[in-house]
Amino acid sequence: MTKDEKSLYTKRSDGRAFDSIREISAKVGVVPNADGSAIFAQGDTIAIASVYGPKTHHPKNQQNPEKGVIRVHYGMLSFSVTERIKPGVSRRSQEINQVTEWALSNVVMLEELPGTVIDVHINILQANAGTRCAGINAAAMALAHAGIPMKEMVSAVAIGKMDKTIVSDVTKEEEDMEEGEGATDIPMAFLSHSEKITLLQLDGRIQVDRFGEALEAGKKACKKIFEIQKKALKEAE
Amino acid sequence: MRIRMPYKLTKKNILEAMSKGKRLDGRGLLEHRPIEVRFGVSKNAESSVIVKWGKTEVACGIKMGLQEPYTGHESEGTMTTSVELLPLSSPNFEYGQPSIEAVEIARVIDRGIRESRFIDFEKLCIKEGEKVWSIYIDIATINDDGNLIDAGALAAVLALRTARFPVLDEETGKIDYGNFTDKALPLVNENMPLTTTCYKIGNHIFIDPAREEEDVADARLTIEIFKPESQKVEMITAMQKGGEMPLSIEEAEKMVSEATKMFKKLNILVEEELDKAKKDTKKKKKE
Repeated sequence: MTKDEKSLYTKRSDGRAFDSIREISAKVGVVPNADGSAIFAQGDTIAIASVYGPKTHHPKNQQNPEKGVIRVHYGMLSFSVTERIKPGVSRRSQEINQVTEWALSNVVMLEELPGTVIDVHINILQANAGTRCAGINAAAMALAHAGIPMKEMVSAVAIGKMDKTIVSDVTKEEEDMEEGEGATDIPMAFLSHSEKITLLQLDGRIQVDRFGEALEAGKKACKKIFEIQKKALKEAE
Repeated sequence: MRIRMPYKLTKKNILEAMSKGKRLDGRGLLEHRPIEVRFGVSKNAESSVIVKWGKTEVACGIKMGLQEPYTGHESEGTMTTSVELLPLSSPNFEYGQPSIEAVEIARVIDRGIRESRFIDFEKLCIKEGEKVWSIYIDIATINDDGNLIDAGALAAVLALRTARFPVLDEETGKIDYGNFTDKALPLVNENMPLTTTCYKIGNHIFIDPAREEEDVADARLTIEIFKPESQKVEMITAMQKGGEMPLSIEEAEKMVSEATKMFKKLNILVEEELDKAKKDTKKKKKE
């Protein structure tokens, strides 16, 4: 932000510093039936993920003889939001499945698992913004917990721009802000070691010369999230 | 990769253990697994609860809406019960249309709550013939290790007992979503139904099956019981027999007697958990 531009968003509604993320709790092994599972709570957003596989991909014509396939299924529980949502697939959840598959697939050593499929199920128990990011964080942990070979970890966060202020880990209340330039939501995922981006979406409006700042904020937040994911996975060993 | 034990072998092992009065996990035939309750899964729900019953885990949330009353029931609110067998919770559950298993569980749970008159539907009327409250009871599985009917039914009752109305905006006549009153649902607590399903395998009768036991059972009988003050003994309010194998009169009576015993145990558990939850909210309010 240049000095002559004052932002209307000077204080976060929950009192956090602009670059701080909400309190996180993470745990693996929460679904005994699954090959790997994790719960990831980021403030009031809670995601649970389970992994089944790798297993033979049926029907056979969907098999890839070169490498394994990751299938993501994201869904919100009907009572996770204030206005009940009907269970089942929506256009929104289909898109989230796709971008989550893209966010996760590259780190899994799928070339070592030809002809197989890995099912990743994500369910949101309680929603307060950033559910796809919490879902990715839980799913990446569940994959690691299942012992599936991965090159690195994936961590995700929603960066926001509230009027002219860049903030990390946006809440629902912030998402709904309308003053000034309004709210911009930029969910992103970073890899733990190469620090590359595997999820990037944006809705709202942001100046091109502020985009780098948003990415830096995301990278920094994901580093913190990665440490928590790593700790929870180590605790389970 | 998981390998499921062949059906016949599982059944043989289970029968062998049962003839010695034991289960594969060491329990007696009429012994249930430990039950744990945790309230407040989703702050956005009118109430929510997780019931952990052995390794089985289910979440239940109550949401409320507004609708026109049904014809012939102009002054009564409505209730809808749904069960989602999440693929997250078991390799045997799939996406798509709800399976007959999910539909049956939801209908059996729904019937117990409806027929016992646990909910006073007349008190859910806002304007006769025009507008009434609707209650959605949504149950989702987190981990399946059998006995989903009883676990789901218990979760539903606990969620109903802790639910509070959302705020109704007087001007617009719409629900102010996300804001709640302190007002509890119009429940008749002495009509609270508690559900026990008894299973039969060979000549043995048992309760609370693990998944592998449930899969090989020959028949089951779900019994929903309540105890109104005006009655000397417990009342049956809903039943459902499942499975092809017939039951003898003696077996059916034995099952009802076991379900009655279980009703008493569950009743104590429910009141204890609700007491604990009340104290916890008081504590939180003080903080």
